[in-house]
Amino acid sequence: MEKNRKKPQASDLLAAFIASDGRMSILVVLLGLLCGTLIVLAVGRNPGNMFAALLQAMTGWDATRGVWNIRYVGEWLAVSTPLVLCGLSMAFAARAGLFNIGAEGQYIIGLTIAQFAALYLPKVPGLHAFLAIVLAGLGAAAWGGLVGWLKARWNASEVVATIMLNYVAYYLSRWATMQIPGANTYKTPSLPQSAQLDLPFLKDLTNGSTLNAGFFIAIASVLAFWWIMEKTRLGFALRATGFNRDAALASGIRANRSAVTSMAIAGAFAGLAGAVVALGSFGYGRVLGGFDNYGFNGIAVALVGNSTGLGVGLSGLLFGLLTGAQPLMQSRGIPKEITLIISGLVVVFVSLRAGLRMVLAWKRPLPATAGADGATAVADTGSEAPDA
Amino acid sequence: MIDISKAFPGVLANDRVNLRVREGEVHAILGENGAGKSTLMSILFGLYAPDSGTIRVRGKDVRICNPNDAAALGIGMVFQHFKLVRDYTVAENIILGAETVNRRGELDLRGAERRVAELSERYGLAVDPRARIEELGVGAQQRVEILKALYRDASILILDEPSAVLTPSEVDELLEIIGKLKGEGKTIILITHKLREIKAAAERCTVLRRGRTVGTVEVKGTSEKKLAEMMVGRAINFNVEKKKQEPGKPVLEVRNLTVRGSRGHDAVRDLSLTVRSGEIVGLAGVDGNGQSELVRAIVGLDKPVSGSIWMNGEDITRESVRGRIRRGMAHVPEDRHKHGLVLEFRLDENLALKRFDEAPFSRKSGALDFRAMRANAERLITQFDVRAGKGPATKTGDMSGGNQQKAIVAREMDLSPALLVVSQPTRGLDVGAIEYIHERLVAERDKGRAILLVSYELDEVLALCDRIAAISAGTIVGELAGEGADEREVGAMMAGVRHADAKASRGAAAKPVRAAAKGARRGKK
Repeated sequence: MEKNRKKPQASDLLAAFIASDGRMSILVVLLGLLCGTLIVLAVGRNPGNMFAALLQAMTGWDATRGVWNIRYVGEWLAVSTPLVLCGLSMAFAARAGLFNIGAEGQYIIGLTIAQFAALYLPKVPGLHAFLAIVLAGLGAAAWGGLVGWLKARWNASEVVATIMLNYVAYYLSRWATMQIPGANTYKTPSLPQSAQLDLPFLKDLTNGSTLNAGFFIAIASVLAFWWIMEKTRLGFALRATGFNRDAALASGIRANRSAVTSMAIAGAFAGLAGAVVALGSFGYGRVLGGFDNYGFNGIAVALVGNSTGLGVGLSGLLFGLLTGAQPLMQSRGIPKEITLIISGLVVVFVSLRAGLRMVLAWKRPLPATAGADGATAVADTGSEAPDA
Repeated sequence: MIDISKAFPGVLANDRVNLRVREGEVHAILGENGAGKSTLMSILFGLYAPDSGTIRVRGKDVRICNPNDAAALGIGMVFQHFKLVRDYTVAENIILGAETVNRRGELDLRGAERRVAELSERYGLAVDPRARIEELGVGAQQRVEILKALYRDASILILDEPSAVLTPSEVDELLEIIGKLKGEGKTIILITHKLREIKAAAERCTVLRRGRTVGTVEVKGTSEKKLAEMMVGRAINFNVEKKKQEPGKPVLEVRNLTVRGSRGHDAVRDLSLTVRSGEIVGLAGVDGNGQSELVRAIVGLDKPVSGSIWMNGEDITRESVRGRIRRGMAHVPEDRHKHGLVLEFRLDENLALKRFDEAPFSRKSGALDFRAMRANAERLITQFDVRAGKGPATKTGDMSGGNQQKAIVAREMDLSPALLVVSQPTRGLDVGAIEYIHERLVAERDKGRAILLVSYELDEVLALCDRIAAISAGTIVGELAGEGADEREVGAMMAGVRHADAKASRGAAAKPVRAAAKGARRGKK
């Protein structure tokens, strides 16, 4: 078997990537960008422009004209904020073994409550916005926790329940918002300044971008996610339940309570995203005309981020970058759809991970259990568990 | 197989292992858990590639990259965990992956069924090709796996710990089948750590220890004791030393308990049982007679339909799992992967799994103290001789079965429980680990703890228990003192014969007992 020793050089490298979820995500992003480059070449454009746009969205440096404007950095971070928060929502439930497709609905509930709070709470500077955010988080936590309760009490599928509740949340939000005096079919009266999240110093720092206090909420949320999940007994119980519900139950962990708690916390993250968008991006309350899709994009963010706090933070920034670069690409003659193709491919590649692992499985120790990859269980749901 | 080496991160699973199997013999491979038996066989079957070494089949160098290559060479493997589709019939399962079609491209199920029936007849496997897998018992499922290999014209059959899942009578049947297969000229590689089976079935035996070949011996001229020594590397004590001890007050009382099983029938029916402090009560019975359901109810995973459970004189029927743990109930579950461990967790996390929310593992703030977890793990690793490549940081799923079980036993005994509910504590373990766990259980008993031992291994029950209760079809059919208990008497009770009648059958040949046991298995289906 001498031949065997030399041959698997390339696959060894691949194996090293597949062994670590973090490295895998980086590989996947690079692959996505590579494919994006090839597609741009195929349609006869200069991929250099694509990278120039990405560079400008990330650093503000316009390589074509040699101008630097930090506003782009601010916009990048601002657009990433709700993506990170919704990614955390998805990821938190995933770690506890639940598939939260309801981040969109929880986001809408948070957004709606924040708008109402902005319009009706006393206009005390600072406190007003703070209360609006807290209420939005709590409301969305209840909305998410409801699904956890349905799951715990009646063993209702959280996937079906969350999908349906997304529509309930959407129409509820439309109906309720239109009841506000002075509201028409797409907007409410302006929100008072005391409820808005923009911070003068951030505006100055980023040359007038829309970056606001929401960014700090996202950072705090990433840290809170990490701390709860990795460092507390609550996180320990949730992770144990996510990996092996039976063993958790047998160890005295109340898996039913875990379902409610994790869905509630997941909901809170999405609700915060809603509040940040409601109070940060628009000066008025919106009567939604469709899904904002932050919640759904959160699924992709969590997948690429491997459902860890830091991972979701970085992956949210990546998706934010792709979104933020769209107009810059267009102005350089690159179809903006390319960013959607890249993010789509990244998600596809992440999902392929299970398959790639299977391919390499015969060279490596058998996994102790089939589908042992609990944190990325979401990625595996579509495919057969790799039963070696 | 010559000079086979295979390294996994942190372990050298096979270190220049040599295995020479003659055509037409039954060759046993003996070794403790983690000795490298399964790795070696997985290499032969093409599941792993060896790092170095040569494989020769019938004198020719071969390269086996995947199970298809192995099948082409006539190598078939029967895994410990069956790989069958439950909703399919026997024939459908057997042809899966090797489907034959007729001229119109339709599946030729008839022809397959005929061939399966033929093969089944020829080797005395007694399997109906049209039966659904889910209707079959474990023994029959195993025979389907054997048929699957035979259907693919395997001439070399690897059986991976085939008896681990079987009842005593099924093991006898399996040994007969192995004899028949050999009679038809098949070569059989039998992976096991049950010495009795080796003595009964194998001609030669290769012993592995810690990834190396200790030697190959003729089974005939080697005693069980010698084999065990070769495997473990030291002398083994087969008899469990147990001093006489008067049991104390009742710790666990089960009163008229009825528990519904997963299929909606009463798996446990009006069952009463008492376990007192300082005694080991063995629940002997054939798998599937309500033992699992009874244990689930006792530890609080299922609510009984009627009846009550008492611990230390208090009714705990409605107590939560956690509440029972707090009251001093420890549980070594039957299925260690499903109920005992979170395989993705590190060893230290698993060792703290039942107490992670208390001091010293949890602080008042709700934060965990990982240093305390690590210290706890280090202590238990030394105390219970758990072998893990990276110590407390080892991913539990990477550990061998025996060490996983030791970890569970360590965790549970460290709870200093008043009551230990132990299910199948030595299933799939090697002699060394079994000896160790038995000693531990007796030590706990000597400390005055109450132990309920559920086991499908009659030997184990007979060796350890102060009192034996036989369970059949969800009720206790008889109880007798452990000391001087007669194997046949207990065997008959396990088969559902009431105590008094079982006594009468004492002295009768083993054959009728086996027939009765078979009858009982059929009866419950």
